[in-house]
Amino acid sequence: MDTLKDKCCVTGIGETAYTRGCNKSPTALQMEASLAAIADAGLTPKDIDGVIPFFAGSAVAEDFITNFGIEDLRYSVTAPMGGASCVAAIQSAAAAITAGIATHVLLPLGRTGYSGTRAPARVAAFPQFRIVGEFEMPYGAVAPVQLYAPMARRHMEIYGTTSKQFAEISVTTRDHAILNGNAVMTKPITIEDHQTSRMISDPFRLFDCSVESDGGAAIVISGADRARDMRQKPVYVMGVAEGHPDSPSAITQRPDLTVLGLAKAAPRAFEMAGVGLDAIDVAEIYDCFTYTVLCQLEDMGFCAKGEGGGFVEDGALGLDGRLPTNTHGGLLSQSHMAGMNHIVELARQLRGDAGSAQVPDAEVGLVTGYGDMGDGSIAIMRR
Amino acid sequence: MSEPSENRLLPQPTEDSQPFWDALKAHRLDLQTCGDCGALRHYPRPVCPECHSMAVTWTTASGLGSVHSWTVSYQAFHSAFQDCLPIILATVDLEEGVRMNCRLDGVDPEKIEIDLPVEVAFEDVNDEVTLPVFRPRASTGDA
Repeated sequence: MDTLKDKCCVTGIGETAYTRGCNKSPTALQMEASLAAIADAGLTPKDIDGVIPFFAGSAVAEDFITNFGIEDLRYSVTAPMGGASCVAAIQSAAAAITAGIATHVLLPLGRTGYSGTRAPARVAAFPQFRIVGEFEMPYGAVAPVQLYAPMARRHMEIYGTTSKQFAEISVTTRDHAILNGNAVMTKPITIEDHQTSRMISDPFRLFDCSVESDGGAAIVISGADRARDMRQKPVYVMGVAEGHPDSPSAITQRPDLTVLGLAKAAPRAFEMAGVGLDAIDVAEIYDCFTYTVLCQLEDMGFCAKGEGGGFVEDGALGLDGRLPTNTHGGLLSQSHMAGMNHIVELARQLRGDAGSAQVPDAEVGLVTGYGDMGDGSIAIMRR
Repeated sequence: MSEPSENRLLPQPTEDSQPFWDALKAHRLDLQTCGDCGALRHYPRPVCPECHSMAVTWTTASGLGSVHSWTVSYQAFHSAFQDCLPIILATVDLEEGVRMNCRLDGVDPEKIEIDLPVEVAFEDVNDEVTLPVFRPRASTGDA
């Protein structure tokens, strides 16, 4: 299980400005973020010989060859796992580099989620939503918020989890976004603000939902042997895994609605990394909805199933809490970049470059992805 | 509550699911059944996950079930549903052991709870499509 341990590093990170309103194309946003990540790594665009485009993005491998003048692209795949794709792509990149297929693999993401096509229309076009499209969307269940809400409702009914506990996640994440300097939501909110925000699909209120945004984010993954001589302090990938939940095409059929694919991936990633939960100094956890964070904390084992509500209380996810989480403001408040911004932030934390949101002396951290009907992915990294 | 408008999203049956939709037109809720081991499965698919047989038969369900979870949607996300808010979307455990995600009608959202007994009803959308919906069982007196 240690085949990929410490074999690769995040060597470059890049982001555009995150906005709600933009006149750039999704492809241009991806190129802009990619150029920033490549420059951050001390590389030139022609050094990229592998690319893993976001599976449902506007840009395909050919666009990167064309725009960057890459003469011999050796590796291109996609990881169609919705919001779990970006972190799952780290596994593909690490495998390709470790196998000697590619040297510097680019993971780009760019979208106009605010100005362009919104989530319901986006997901309806995913092949992995075909079952939902035929059997659930005819009733009006067309948006992720509607498909995921029954998972949260079941959790609340069985374990006594409350909306106020979801609010803790919402408020803490907003506090972090305010520190970031590149976030679309920068007004402080309170538990009361969350509790009075309008109901979207019960139990999810407006402030339980992530923010559709425009922008781009990208990272470069390189072999550890090269990373040591590159421009930035290397951030090592210690462990990485993807996990697919039971009944991955329809949440409805899942034996336990409160368990995600991450529950299968996390033990494999931690085994590869050779560290335990207590080693984690900072966590960037996919947060399309507040409940998604709570559920993943349980699925990774930070607390027992059903105890996530208590775990997140009293500022536990804040910078001074027991598990500083989503230190950039996450999808809930920084920007919905399908979690590529979570990877960028983890690298920044482990480089010690996270500014006023820096977790002091952060050595080891994790980043997760969650997507589609509960797909999961996780990467554990160290400085 | 108003009915969804004409431009609503309608199912696109496949070779595997056509018998399910055909049965609904006759106001039967039929569940795909393995022709070899007899295991029921939903949603329809070509292979039995229990024994990997591709032989298929169909079993008419009782139409009785209970609520496993639910959401009450106050935002439509598609123009066809704008005039029928709020929509109650329930995950229903059928007595036969499979689940369905359906609209739940005829109940106060405040009174929904896990294990609420429900029964199927058939909504004829047009000549081609009938959708199964659920409502509290008459005997519960909660309609």
